[in-house]
Amino acid sequence: MAHEETVYEALDHASGGEGHWAFGTGFDEPLAGVDTTVPDGVDPVDLGTYCLMLGDDALVLAQRLTQWVTAAPELEEEVAIANVALDLLGQARLLLARAGSVGVLGRSRSRATASIPDEDALAYFREPDEFRSTALVAAPNGDFARTMARLLVAATIRLAVFARLRESRDSVLAAIAAKGVNELTYHRDHAGRWLLRLGDGTAESHRRAQDGVDTVWPLLADVFTPTDVETRLTAAGVAVDPATVRAEVQAVLGEVLGRATLRLPDWPADTAPRGRAGEHGPELGDLLADLQGLARQHPAATW
Amino acid sequence: MSAPTLQRPAPDEADLQRHFDAVIAAEHRIEPRDWMPDGYRRTLIRQIAQHAHSEIIGMQPEGDWLLAAPSLRRKAILLAKVQDEAGHGMYLYSAAETLGADRADLTDKLIERKQKYSSIFNYPTLTYADVGVIGWLVDGAAICNQVPLCRSSYGPYARAMIRICKEESFHQRQGYELLMTMMRGTPEQRAMVQDAVDRWWWPSLMMFGPPDADSPNSAQSMAWGIKRHSNDELRQRYVDMSVPQAEVLGVTLPDPDLEYDPATGHHRFGAIDWDEFQRVLAGDGPANAERIRRRRAARDDNAWVVEAATAYASKHGS
Repeated sequence: MAHEETVYEALDHASGGEGHWAFGTGFDEPLAGVDTTVPDGVDPVDLGTYCLMLGDDALVLAQRLTQWVTAAPELEEEVAIANVALDLLGQARLLLARAGSVGVLGRSRSRATASIPDEDALAYFREPDEFRSTALVAAPNGDFARTMARLLVAATIRLAVFARLRESRDSVLAAIAAKGVNELTYHRDHAGRWLLRLGDGTAESHRRAQDGVDTVWPLLADVFTPTDVETRLTAAGVAVDPATVRAEVQAVLGEVLGRATLRLPDWPADTAPRGRAGEHGPELGDLLADLQGLARQHPAATW
Repeated sequence: MSAPTLQRPAPDEADLQRHFDAVIAAEHRIEPRDWMPDGYRRTLIRQIAQHAHSEIIGMQPEGDWLLAAPSLRRKAILLAKVQDEAGHGMYLYSAAETLGADRADLTDKLIERKQKYSSIFNYPTLTYADVGVIGWLVDGAAICNQVPLCRSSYGPYARAMIRICKEESFHQRQGYELLMTMMRGTPEQRAMVQDAVDRWWWPSLMMFGPPDADSPNSAQSMAWGIKRHSNDELRQRYVDMSVPQAEVLGVTLPDPDLEYDPATGHHRFGAIDWDEFQRVLAGDGPANAERIRRRRAARDDNAWVVEAATAYASKHGS
């Protein structure tokens, strides 16, 4: 009886202290306590733009994975996919807040009311051409095999970048990367294990896994080509040139596909950066319409 | 020629029943390997499965707002909550499996509508305020129902409920906090909150089930210690808890007969529309077909994934 009454008492104090609230309710200042000084010799616009590249990739992929919630193959997978999406959403929030803290808000600030935090101004009040995410993360999910193939590729690249970014001269990026490496290691492992099961499972799952890989591979065309921003920031010791992770990424993907009895497609020829430069297909606009619609209907609201 | 056997005489069923009754009377717990009457086992499987189904179907009404959550913080909170519900479903199906049920079979029964889930989840979520009101009222009612089950006579169920109730109480606070924030926002936001309260209040009262006089299985379940308080008792507790919370929030509960009775220390409330309850329970609610359709699609569209995992495990022995 004692236990029961205690729980009830706790409930009656519905407007109790902040300490009683669960995860996620106390993040008004996501960068509180981290040294946010821009390193010497670094253009804040470059730094903010780079944070948008990494943050938008995380935000867009989190949104894609969230589309699986209530539609996943097993309850264990509901939990796992939501976990990955939550990790990426957390990374996106930190990176967008960092972009805002160095003044990179584009046109979003003129559309969002002052009470809206920078992370939300950037997520909800930019147009598609202001997003810096790659086509790799914006592409539709397809079936579960294609979803896991894309997650494997995206997590492998991001893990390789974040592992190096831990040494960044920007202490915020270094801190975000250090936290993210553990998360991304799990994401890559989770997707990799599914590729093994699907590739070496049944004839149908093998066919679907191969289709998924074949559909995702062309999206690798622009992910290893640095933008001018990445080149300048790499020289300044702040960013990671994506060309430098190519060998590691190709080795990891080749090994997973081999163990999964899947055929490794040809690597696509490098192209100039497209998504990083704000050039996107219609799928990003559709995704953003879902993401942004409600916030834009109530621009003066606080949530 | 047969060797002398060491066959132990089968324990007399009446002895087993006496032992079981003594465990229940002493408020000790029945564990999976203990003898239990068939009716106790069947009733528990039905109750736990219905509860598990409610968690899983309950992911949908709020999940409908995951993609559109109006801030990244709210998106994170909602995603974590919906994820918790999937976790609750898993613990509960596991508890049912300790009684000999099988999760896939229970899921099939849900999809074939042979087992029920809480009919509250057949109402649609029309605005983002519904997310807050589900947390405050629906999770609040669920907690009132579930906290006593932490003392259920069946051990695995009681232990699952302790964990679930802790998380549900977080969810309730988060829902209430969202509503408080919206009430401090624009006039449109305040109107949204009131509208959501108007739509969810009566269905939340129905979550406690029919009045005691019309609740046929209750007496046996109370005797078995798998139900601890009557439907009407819990409903009254919920009303008494919610009225002051509504006042703090600044919303009106949509019941002109709602009034504090100083003689009893409880709130009197108006008559519940049990015809509506029966209609929704029978499958004629606004979203019944959609809820089941989506659960069926998750099973059927991904059956090949589950088959692949099974085939891989048998090839690789993992």
